[in-house]
Amino acid sequence: MVEKTPILDALTYIFLMLGILIVGFPIIYAIIAATLPIEDVSRVPMPMIPGDQFMFNIKAAWEKGDLGTQLVNSFIMASGITIGKICVSMLGAFSIVYFDYRLRTVAFVTVFCTLMLPVEVRILPTYEMAANVFGPFNLMWEKLGLGAVASWIAGHEVEINLDLSLLDSYTGLILPLVASATCTFLFRQFFLTVPEELCEAAKMDGASAMTFFTKILFPLSKTNIAALVVIEFVYGWNQYLWPLLITTNPDVMTAVIGLQNLIPQADDLPYWNIAMAGSLLVMLPPILVVLFMQRWFVRGLVEREK
Amino acid sequence: MIKRSIFTSKTLPYLLILPQILVTVTFFYWPAFQGLMQSMMLSDPFGLHNTFVWFDNFITLFKDPLYLKSIITTLGFSAATAAVSITFGLFIATMANRALKAKAVIRTLLIWPYAVAPAISGVLWLFLLHPSYGIVALFMKKTLGLDWNPVLRGGDAMIMIIMASAWKEVSYNFVFFLAGMQSIPKSLIEAAAMDGASPFKRFWFITVPLLSPTLFFVTVMNIIYAFFETFGVIHTVTQGGPGGATNILVYKVYQDGFIGLNLGSSAAQSVVLMALIIIITILQFKYVERKVQYTG
Repeated sequence: MVEKTPILDALTYIFLMLGILIVGFPIIYAIIAATLPIEDVSRVPMPMIPGDQFMFNIKAAWEKGDLGTQLVNSFIMASGITIGKICVSMLGAFSIVYFDYRLRTVAFVTVFCTLMLPVEVRILPTYEMAANVFGPFNLMWEKLGLGAVASWIAGHEVEINLDLSLLDSYTGLILPLVASATCTFLFRQFFLTVPEELCEAAKMDGASAMTFFTKILFPLSKTNIAALVVIEFVYGWNQYLWPLLITTNPDVMTAVIGLQNLIPQADDLPYWNIAMAGSLLVMLPPILVVLFMQRWFVRGLVEREK
Repeated sequence: MIKRSIFTSKTLPYLLILPQILVTVTFFYWPAFQGLMQSMMLSDPFGLHNTFVWFDNFITLFKDPLYLKSIITTLGFSAATAAVSITFGLFIATMANRALKAKAVIRTLLIWPYAVAPAISGVLWLFLLHPSYGIVALFMKKTLGLDWNPVLRGGDAMIMIIMASAWKEVSYNFVFFLAGMQSIPKSLIEAAAMDGASPFKRFWFITVPLLSPTLFFVTVMNIIYAFFETFGVIHTVTQGGPGGATNILVYKVYQDGFIGLNLGSSAAQSVVLMALIIIITILQFKYVERKVQYTG
């Protein structure tokens, strides 16, 4: 600091502690609640000394909420989205930055404009799309009278009604979320900063485009990938609206949605201890990812601003 | 922009971008187009016939007092959520930036709520503010003498979802503000100090103006978050109730369309939201462009 301000410095730390306490309070409270038996947790105010029922409550939440299956589902969804997004957008950015072709700008604008179409503004039609991926095809077949044409060519009645539903499937949970304008942007920005000489040298040595991509560009992007892994894993794990729409089968339900079943309703016994134990379990994986990869996470998050 | 040194291939670039374009067209553009069409259609009760009605759905929508109420609710909710989380985030970031010791620990302790899903944040605050069991609710009733009941009273329910939504966003804002403050040149602060500016003056006249691009970005992101991503909070905590007091626009689209099956109205509401986010995005990019020009 510039000058000595002992009072202000002391205040700084006091406020910081207060801030950390306020931010951390919901979790501290949840942890304490998760260690108490039902008699204690329904007392008002609840005792602030941890009990010894933690494992019992965790087990109860695990069984009552079927968290085993749901956590696995969440993990599959989050990793699928993370890997899918990174692959799709890295290849896309490579295509946009390192090639010159007629539809390059069109492709770029198409990807860019998805920024303006979050799932929240197209809830129903996206659901319909997932319910039958061939819906548009069937519609066109019918509208354009292709059926009649096909019948005429074949000489007999031709009926085509393709049906492929992504509802209640991992593909349905993952696929619609792997396209991302922000990810593609990030890679594009990064690729633009990669020195031209690298590409020239690689070309001179006779490397093909894909060799350059895998041997040079990919290793150079490692930090960016690490940052995106954190952000996208958290994003994927915490998805709410989309899984809520397309899963009805408990076997593919994700943990964040399933947690709803643990919240005590008005006429239930107030099993808040179990609800809190379940909440802690479900929030733990993304928190661990953020904490362990904090350095890359902060970098990645802040870089998205540009 | 493109590289000077590029590869030439007829098919490869198309193959590389194909997965992204396929997903984008199937799950973004086609549904958006369908939504746009649907918003100008009127379906019969059995969903067998659609009549093209131009903008009737929109006219009905903007005459609907429930929708107008939802707009007001959403504006109030997002303004309050953004205000609370930005103020708190800025304050903590300022403090953390002043701290000399234990910087890494402080950051770690403040960063993790980012990873908590909005829906889970909702569950935590539902418990804290539960009228019979919550400790914060008890504090409000006993110490502040408030008649706290979010199950019955709309205003209280609103406060509850604001708390649940803002809490999680504080750490997001904190990360950006701290990064923004750390990029302010130390020499500026030192020069001001030599000229006799107090820490508060330095904060107000140097840190805040230099932080304004970050502040703008964070505000936009917070508003988008409050508008769209708080769906999980609403769904777990209040389900839009009591009496529609927390029925924000996104939740209303879901309720009217997915639960109520009023397709035309829901599609029209989606289109309104789409228009809104397009405006926000354009504004944001206009501003970013200007910022780039200013800094050279």
